[in-house]
Amino acid sequence: MELICPAGTPATFREAVDAGADAVYCGFRDETNARNFPGLNFSRDELREAIAYARSKGTQTFVALNTFMRAGDEEIWYRAAADAVALGADALILADFGLMAHVAEHYADQRLHVSVQASASNVDAINFLVDAFNAKRVVLPRTLTIADIARIAPKIRCEIEVFVFGGLCVMAEGRCSLSSYATGKSPNMNGVCSPASHVRYRKEADELVSELGAYTINRFAAGEAAGYPTLCKGRFDIADERGYAFEDPVSLDVMGEIDALTAAGVSALKIEGRQRGKAYVAEVVSTLKKALSAKADDRPALLAHLRGLSEGQKTTSGAYEKRWR
Amino acid sequence: METARPSLTMGPVYYLWDSAKWRDFHFRIADEAPFERVVIGETVCSKRQHFIEPHIAEVIERLENAGKTVLLSTLALVTLERESRLIRELARDSEYMVEANDLSALGLLNGKAHSVGPLINVYNSATARLLAGRGACRICLPPELPFSSVKRVIAETPGVDFEVFAFGRMPLAISARCAHARSKGKIKDSCQFVCSDDPDGLPVKTLDRQSFLALNGVQTISHTCQALLGELPDLAACGVSAIRISPQDCDMVAVASLYSAALDGAIGADEAVDKLRMLYPAAPLSNGFHHAREGAAWVARARDTAQAG
Repeated sequence: MELICPAGTPATFREAVDAGADAVYCGFRDETNARNFPGLNFSRDELREAIAYARSKGTQTFVALNTFMRAGDEEIWYRAAADAVALGADALILADFGLMAHVAEHYADQRLHVSVQASASNVDAINFLVDAFNAKRVVLPRTLTIADIARIAPKIRCEIEVFVFGGLCVMAEGRCSLSSYATGKSPNMNGVCSPASHVRYRKEADELVSELGAYTINRFAAGEAAGYPTLCKGRFDIADERGYAFEDPVSLDVMGEIDALTAAGVSALKIEGRQRGKAYVAEVVSTLKKALSAKADDRPALLAHLRGLSEGQKTTSGAYEKRWR
Repeated sequence: METARPSLTMGPVYYLWDSAKWRDFHFRIADEAPFERVVIGETVCSKRQHFIEPHIAEVIERLENAGKTVLLSTLALVTLERESRLIRELARDSEYMVEANDLSALGLLNGKAHSVGPLINVYNSATARLLAGRGACRICLPPELPFSSVKRVIAETPGVDFEVFAFGRMPLAISARCAHARSKGKIKDSCQFVCSDDPDGLPVKTLDRQSFLALNGVQTISHTCQALLGELPDLAACGVSAIRISPQDCDMVAVASLYSAALDGAIGADEAVDKLRMLYPAAPLSNGFHHAREGAAWVARARDTAQAG
């Protein structure tokens, strides 16, 4: 089982490699990837050095080019793909069919992974991408149960990678324009969701109000921990009910299900969090790496230790568990 | 380039309406509304399929007798084997053109003439041309696309008829989880079809009582209603072949007639907007995505169009 780890900066990249990542994924410092945040990501030179370091330790580097090309500006994405290939990326993680076709045509030997943002959620969808673009691996959307994964794995002609730890999209990834509805900026087009540029906190009497664009996303009483106003993790009113309409402020943790995921046919486990600092990444990667080789009985103690690092310290199995639906 | 008048397409009903209402709605659309083509079929949640199934044949017949072309919509999110089987059968056997709304349908329709729905991510002409090469002859572009992209994609993709989503609450997201069922204390697997209580969506308001979004089963839609009316001349000029009207729980014959009159130039844009507000008072109008702004925004016509174009 491979462990695929995030890196938003060269320093985090080295930490992830040193902590035992089998592969590290990262992106260029622009809109070609879905973590286009200020201060994050890699220049061409930084990626070259990172790949060389990873190679020297036997670790692979995956480059995420997983936004959708803006009409008329395709050259930005094509250049990013060309550079990633030239720099020696072990795989490109792609979402846009147009970009997949371009890569499959111009760099036939380049390993192509289907990003979670492509939303390939079933056998026919995945095999379409294998047949059309020679995709070697699919990162499954967080819409499937472990039983669903076990059912589709034998019928698809590529490897399966799944998210196991970190942030959780409630909506089918790559198919959500909630953020751009409120702010004009979306994961698909701009590589951002609920961007900091549109976030505002204000005090109102004893309450802290968090806003995204023109909309209130949450209100926190004095003393209540205030989370970031990610749109789908906000509190809203529906009829007379007030609460987290889509999802609580929780993060994903299905490391307790390693054996079930292995049995289901998963080849790689992915950790979310390119926006996370190096201490977090080092801790999570080394702990999960240990958990992978630990005996089942020893795992819970290892994993309990990670819970303190999770967002809001509350975790969920998300869609991997049927009741979540 | 010659500018043909775009025709009107009615998209699939995204909501769960009761069977008789769904049937009668389509009968009236068939008899009275100036649509050239009508897309039907459950698109949001496979659990709802049986509500419309008994009436599909008679609805198709009525639409065809009225001279309308019928297209069959596929599900937007396909995860279960039962759902995959439905799409395989449709792709293999359908006598009517199928409109793909997920990747499995796109894969299965390879080599057959088909339509691509607004829930497929077509953001550029590289993607549009790839889909055209596999048999896509109509593409309804995603509501999120700004006009600059619409123009570019159409100009660079000859041989495909493009549609733009010009009326209706916009589909913004879809999830494996049913927020609609959850809001009523249920989960998806035991939902008892509570979404049928809200034939125009269930409002989601912010804690400051701002109208924001609406729930439609596993789909999240905008509170605002997309309304491209002043934009129709620009859309026609750049070669959009059809204007897509997405059904809401209001007088859709009147909405279609209004868009038709606007396309003919028989009614001015400002007057058309005023009339649309009366026809569908449930939601404020928006056109922000078209103008490269936040989707909920309303950009008044003329001077702003020039700036944002």
